[in-house]
Amino acid sequence: MLSIRSISRSFNGHRALNDVSFDVQNGLMTGFVGANGAGKTTTMRIILGVLTPSSGEVLVDDRPITADDRAQFGYMPEERGLYPKMKVHEQLVYLGRLHGLSSAHASTRAADLLEQLGLGERRDDKLESLSLGNQQRAQIAAALVHEPTALVLDEPFSGLDPMAVETTVEVLRDVARSGAPVLFSSHQLDLVERLCDSLVILAGGEVRAAGTREQIRSAHARPEWVLETDDAGFVRGIRGIEVIEFDGGHVRFTAPTDDDADRVLREAIERGTVRSFAPSIRPLTEIFQEVIR
Amino acid sequence: MSTTTTRAPGANTRGRTRFAQAVGIVAQREIMTQLRSKAFIISTIITLALVFGAVLFSSIGPQLFDEDTDVATTSELAPTLEQLDGVAVVPADSADAVRDAVRDGSVDAGVVAGDGPSGLVVIGDREAPSSLLQLLSITPDLELLDPNAPDPMLTYFIGLAFGLVFFMSAMTFGQTIANSVVEEKASRIVEIMLATVPARAILAGKVIGNSILAFGQILLIAAVVLLGGAITGSQLLLDGLGMPIVWFVVLFTVGFIMLAALYAAAAALVSRAEDLGSATSPLIMLIMIPYFLVIIFNNNPLALQIMSYVPFSSPVAVPMRVYLGTMEWWEPFLSLAILVVSTVLVIVFAAKVYERSLLKTGSAVKWKDALKA
Repeated sequence: MLSIRSISRSFNGHRALNDVSFDVQNGLMTGFVGANGAGKTTTMRIILGVLTPSSGEVLVDDRPITADDRAQFGYMPEERGLYPKMKVHEQLVYLGRLHGLSSAHASTRAADLLEQLGLGERRDDKLESLSLGNQQRAQIAAALVHEPTALVLDEPFSGLDPMAVETTVEVLRDVARSGAPVLFSSHQLDLVERLCDSLVILAGGEVRAAGTREQIRSAHARPEWVLETDDAGFVRGIRGIEVIEFDGGHVRFTAPTDDDADRVLREAIERGTVRSFAPSIRPLTEIFQEVIR
Repeated sequence: MSTTTTRAPGANTRGRTRFAQAVGIVAQREIMTQLRSKAFIISTIITLALVFGAVLFSSIGPQLFDEDTDVATTSELAPTLEQLDGVAVVPADSADAVRDAVRDGSVDAGVVAGDGPSGLVVIGDREAPSSLLQLLSITPDLELLDPNAPDPMLTYFIGLAFGLVFFMSAMTFGQTIANSVVEEKASRIVEIMLATVPARAILAGKVIGNSILAFGQILLIAAVVLLGGAITGSQLLLDGLGMPIVWFVVLFTVGFIMLAALYAAAAALVSRAEDLGSATSPLIMLIMIPYFLVIIFNNNPLALQIMSYVPFSSPVAVPMRVYLGTMEWWEPFLSLAILVVSTVLVIVFAAKVYERSLLKTGSAVKWKDALKA
């Protein structure tokens, strides 16, 4: 498990991160969301040791992170970085060796990854001759070549077509399934909502919300239900229930507990036909807008 | 929140690459990239061919141009002139005919009878035909007290050659290292590298890789010069220049490491290849100044002595002084020691600048800020 503990960082007097703490659990895909300038890239660079924090620390399994840990992380920087004039396979081998693999191991591993990402036929082409989407895949391969024990990816999906997004997601899931913590940032909230087991919302250099989707929902929105029946007017009379939306037979309400909601349902059945009764799930986008405000 | 203390199942036990290993991997890439570059191979071959040509030419060239001077003269003077070596007599009918021949360029010079003490008038078109004048003059006997002293002209050319080779190699490989630093900075791959190896390892790998290449090239040039000397049987090259060349190679190698570190630091200050020119121009001055000074002061022992102790000019000045025989045996070693110490200091300084500027993108970082931050 990767833990970020009370990290702050200032640049020329400007506070980019303020007391940021969150966990990236093993085997989970953790999404890191926030507007531009929220501090995602700074946080990721600090995790990788490329930047040093002004205060705070990064822990791996509850002990301070070491250079050895970091060397086994997979990292994809926000501004993509590979040698434009070097052959794809060759630079993956180079990066694999820098991360401690033997030449032979790095070579097979790079070839397998390129195959998996659909770049097998382009392995001996120079990076700059690939399309942007393929360059992006090569970049993902670069983060994975040394069989990382944790993944930190800054905007891995930006610039990818839907097909490539799916391939990439599969590869990342494989890594998570192997038990490694995976942290990735994205501004595509729908994608994050679909992919992430857990997420961290950053705004203005501070963590505004963190946890699993359910945890964030329950922390930032009281549970809501929608009831469709003949005449829903009675709901307003029930104690403890707060109606949010009402239109003849349609009502959206919040209830303090599931039991209170069930009471509403029982009463509705007694009064007439219930066409539909279900918890209403607020999209993360909405919660996001709310918490970053 | 679970408090797992075991590593992720995917974790392996291999450690980080050791510093020396990382340096080796980076250096290897630098070397391979250059060796596969057609431009590098071709320019090396051209350089070697030029050097070889120059060596051959210096020993057999003068003979090629050593042809007789055509001299027009009247029939009564012809027998006298024909006795001179290096003169081909072209008979003419009269003094005026001689003048015409000189004027229209069919002969190099003319000689007619005159009223002066020598009884001769030498006719040239625009300038005095000095070789002919010399042949016709009486010169006093010359006694050289040090007949083995190096020819000043030769000294000049040797200075020029050492200077030129130093200057060109330092520039070429300095630029190579600067380009490679900026490429990594501009493409941001350096961020991935920094996450796994320290900045110093990257810097060391680059400096070592390029120094090996520069050293190899200099060694090849030295070998070609000595080979050319052996083929043409030039005593000068084989006897006189052997030691200077050895010192040149040794001092160049150390001096290049210093310059390479500075080039890498300068390049780390900028984020785009376009800004490289302004960042490296102070270094080009550092390389050019000693080059010109050695040429200008090749006959000034004091200036050469000072320059042989200054780190930037010693790779050129020391071989010159060794060649001139004006150095005590220990002096080159002292120069080397000074150069090594300053190289170490420069590397410490350059590593600091490099480390602190690598992640700063945007406008060029100032040297001062790089050291402060």
